[in-house]
Amino acid sequence: MPEMTPLPRDPAPSRLAYRMQRLALTPGMRRAFVFGLPAASLSLIVALALSDQGRRDAMGLWWQDVKAEIQQREEFMVKLMAIDGASDSIAQDIREVVPLDFPMSSFDLDLAGIQAEVAGLDAVKKADIRIKPGGVLHIQIAERVPALVWRNSDGLELIDATGKRVSALEHRAKRADLPLVTGKAADRAAAEALDLLAAAAPLQKRIRGLVRVGERRWTLVLDRDQRILLPEVDPVSALEQVIAVDEAQELLGRDVVLVDMRRPARPTVRLVPDSAKILRQIKLDELGDD
Amino acid sequence: MADFYESQRAMRSMRKAALQRGVIAVLDVGTSKVACLVLRFDGPDHFKASDGVNAMAGQSAFRIVGAATTRSRGVRFGEIDAMPETERAIRTAVQGAQKMAQIRVDHVIVTISGGAPRSYGLAGQVDVEGGPVSEQDVASCMAACDVPDFGEGREVLHAHPVNFALDHRSGMGDPRGHRGSTLACDMHLLTVDSNTVASVIYCLKRCDLEVAGIASSSYVSGISSLVEDEQELGAACVDLGGGATGLSIFIKKHMIYSDSVRMGGDNITSDIAKGLQVSLATAERLKTLHGGVVATSIDDRDRIALGGAETGDWDRDQRTVSRAELIGIMRPRVEEILEEVRAQLDAAGFDHLPSQQIVLTGGSSQIPGLDHLAPRILGQQVRIGRPLRVSGLPEKATGAAFASAVGLCLFAAHPQDEWWDFEIPADRYPARSLRRAVKWFKDNW
Repeated sequence: MPEMTPLPRDPAPSRLAYRMQRLALTPGMRRAFVFGLPAASLSLIVALALSDQGRRDAMGLWWQDVKAEIQQREEFMVKLMAIDGASDSIAQDIREVVPLDFPMSSFDLDLAGIQAEVAGLDAVKKADIRIKPGGVLHIQIAERVPALVWRNSDGLELIDATGKRVSALEHRAKRADLPLVTGKAADRAAAEALDLLAAAAPLQKRIRGLVRVGERRWTLVLDRDQRILLPEVDPVSALEQVIAVDEAQELLGRDVVLVDMRRPARPTVRLVPDSAKILRQIKLDELGDD
Repeated sequence: MADFYESQRAMRSMRKAALQRGVIAVLDVGTSKVACLVLRFDGPDHFKASDGVNAMAGQSAFRIVGAATTRSRGVRFGEIDAMPETERAIRTAVQGAQKMAQIRVDHVIVTISGGAPRSYGLAGQVDVEGGPVSEQDVASCMAACDVPDFGEGREVLHAHPVNFALDHRSGMGDPRGHRGSTLACDMHLLTVDSNTVASVIYCLKRCDLEVAGIASSSYVSGISSLVEDEQELGAACVDLGGGATGLSIFIKKHMIYSDSVRMGGDNITSDIAKGLQVSLATAERLKTLHGGVVATSIDDRDRIALGGAETGDWDRDQRTVSRAELIGIMRPRVEEILEEVRAQLDAAGFDHLPSQQIVLTGGSSQIPGLDHLAPRILGQQVRIGRPLRVSGLPEKATGAAFASAVGLCLFAAHPQDEWWDFEIPADRYPARSLRRAVKWFKDNW
């Protein structure tokens, strides 16, 4: 049997191979193979690795170690706290409210919290906190400046020009340089009180204090028990009016007990009762009648 | 015929969808080879206004990204004979082209070279009711063409409106907007055997491909092989294929006649195989390597070894044949084909055309010496044509054998208007259509 030459063979793809190739060439399929399959297998590996509780814990522990190692580096450590712009007693207070045991990592410091704590102190108007190079926690304080002494039901308190409490005061004599205000809610009108006191500068020597009446108006109290009742609205100009009369006619040098300016259009003056009686007697004598 | 009209419209819209997607395949199912080209369209944003609007404007818009050719199986005379075999060949070609392009193609345009194409010239005439010619007038003019009785089992493959005439003015390309009273049109209708079309569509369906268009192979070879002047002035394109020889006549850039001869290169091969008593594969090799049609005296001394491999008698079978003998076998068959073409051209009245240019293309046009033989039979103005160069075409697919594949690319990129691309005339609309009501009012008031 002679060797037969093989018939010419025409390789053709089977229907299945043809369809599979067309499927592989569809854009969605290609994307799934190029991106989806690697992504899916990667996430499967990760999920399998993390399904073991022990391994998860070990990874968490390792992570904590690395974190602590970095945070406890020398460069991040804060060694001391410096307080600027505060008197010793306030600095003492600040150290009490911010109890930190140095050295500690700057990552563990809650600067916003410390700032809120410090600014919460009555005597502190403003507090700037930052960590300076060299491991210093620097607190810059602006103190409240007491402007008035306020006597209320609890005792004596120092308040600043905006009426905020600064501290308590044991004796009036300790801050004799500051004017005294009394009355309920006098602190809320502290700014007005300071304006009145500035306007009353000519009477500086005689002023005993300001009384807030009914949480609405002021009464200026002078020595010899003289009082000037001021209106609710625009008390400064009413006071200036009184001072002008005093300068012209020495109103307050006379036997006057009370100057009522509550209605500025109709000022009223009350005399000492004895003086009023004598005045009336004189009038009767001279005129014979009221 | 109406349902084919509908299916042609459906194919056109499918082709539009494919162009929108940007990828379409063209498939040339021939008798000797199946070629598949994958086209990628760059989209309308690659057109420039400065490119102008002309017949070649659209060609820059596509690029061939995949090409594959395989030996055809199960096709005879350009018609599918053994469907599973052809299906396998189509699968091979499509898969190769897809692999090269790395794109999946779903829409395919296909050629039909067999199916006994028959040409008909149609004429229609309609009165224009005042005013400029509208789309509706053009539609009703085409509807007025009386369709010849082309018999059972025939389907319309192409229906090109070739010429419009308005009153005494003829040769209009586009009558819309002109004023006149009588609109006439000439139409060229090409029918093929419906079973041939159906079997091609069935094969493509089996390959999971959507048919986005069917074109006659002689028509698309004409598009790709005739230069623009030849299409304009009048020329015939002869596509010497493997199993069938297609013939198309063009004038004024329209095909006006098409026919085919059921003979081709395969007949030459079988002649050689019978004459020299060798296998078809050897005969094909002898034809392509040593073949010719004009013998010279040196060809007598030029001995060609036939090789005894397929007789099984390798040692003893040392037959040789002179090249003159080979030419002597090939020449009568080529002459016969060309004479048949001549007869069909005469029947079509080609000698009445102003230009007598004939362009030979297709695989068999590469036979050496054909340019000496053809003028003796077809007349003096004969040239061997190669298809137009299109961008991205591989070097091995630029030969004359790929004329119809390249023509299909041009057909896909820049189709000519066919009957079904125009509006449907109002009286063909369904009875309840609003447009029909409007037309009734226009006619009666």
